[in-house]
Amino acid sequence: MLGNTLRRSITIVNPQGLHMRPITAFVEVAAKFKSRVSLCKQDQMPIDGKSPLGLLGLAAEEGAVLVLEVDGPDAEQAICALSEILEKPSFDD
Amino acid sequence: MRMCDFVVRESISTELGANTKEGVIREMIENLRQAGYFKGNDSEDVVKEVLRRETLGSTGIGRGVAIPHTKHAGVDRLVGTVALSRKGVAFDSVDGAPVFIFILLISPKERPGDHLRALENVSRHLRDDSFVRSLRQAVTRDSVWGLLEDQEHRS
Repeated sequence: MLGNTLRRSITIVNPQGLHMRPITAFVEVAAKFKSRVSLCKQDQMPIDGKSPLGLLGLAAEEGAVLVLEVDGPDAEQAICALSEILEKPSFDD
Repeated sequence: MRMCDFVVRESISTELGANTKEGVIREMIENLRQAGYFKGNDSEDVVKEVLRRETLGSTGIGRGVAIPHTKHAGVDRLVGTVALSRKGVAFDSVDGAPVFIFILLISPKERPGDHLRALENVSRHLRDDSFVRSLRQAVTRDSVWGLLEDQEHRS
């Protein structure tokens, strides 16, 4: 694979968990990058970070630890932008 | 959590009359009201809250599916309903395509875990192409309910 693979563990701090608003925001941002994006709960199969239906399957509550993996030519920018969304303490809903 | 645990069977509609986003949401909440949910002005308030949520970003998540939802004090447990549109409705979906399958969820205010598990459950079923195909073709409330039950036995 060209580019590089970057990985980051992120704890969900939003009391509402990773609900549909952050997920759609995440997918919209992920779609802007060429890199492949995946997200998984510890010890579970990675889920395509550009699939809203897939990510809804995470059911990540407050305190859940997710591993974000980004692989491609714009991985550095992508992992920063995507981490920011996952780390937000609140999202309107 | 199973879909049959929160979908109100009597509120399922296989022939939506509405052809706008607001119309669909109103019709689905009216179907829940007729099935015995929401007291007084609660149903109108729930409509407003679901529409407000849509202004933050569409719940049309692609593949012809939308999951409009809100949290509201008028329910003490998660309730949901299913409605199908034959012609499809423009819903500002992420993929720009019309929506044929609507799954509306109303959660209690302080139960974020239940809400997330319902989204997980619904999304798991909707990732199954054959389920989505069969659901779109369902013509009676009982056939929709049967599909939901079958899906639970398979998962």
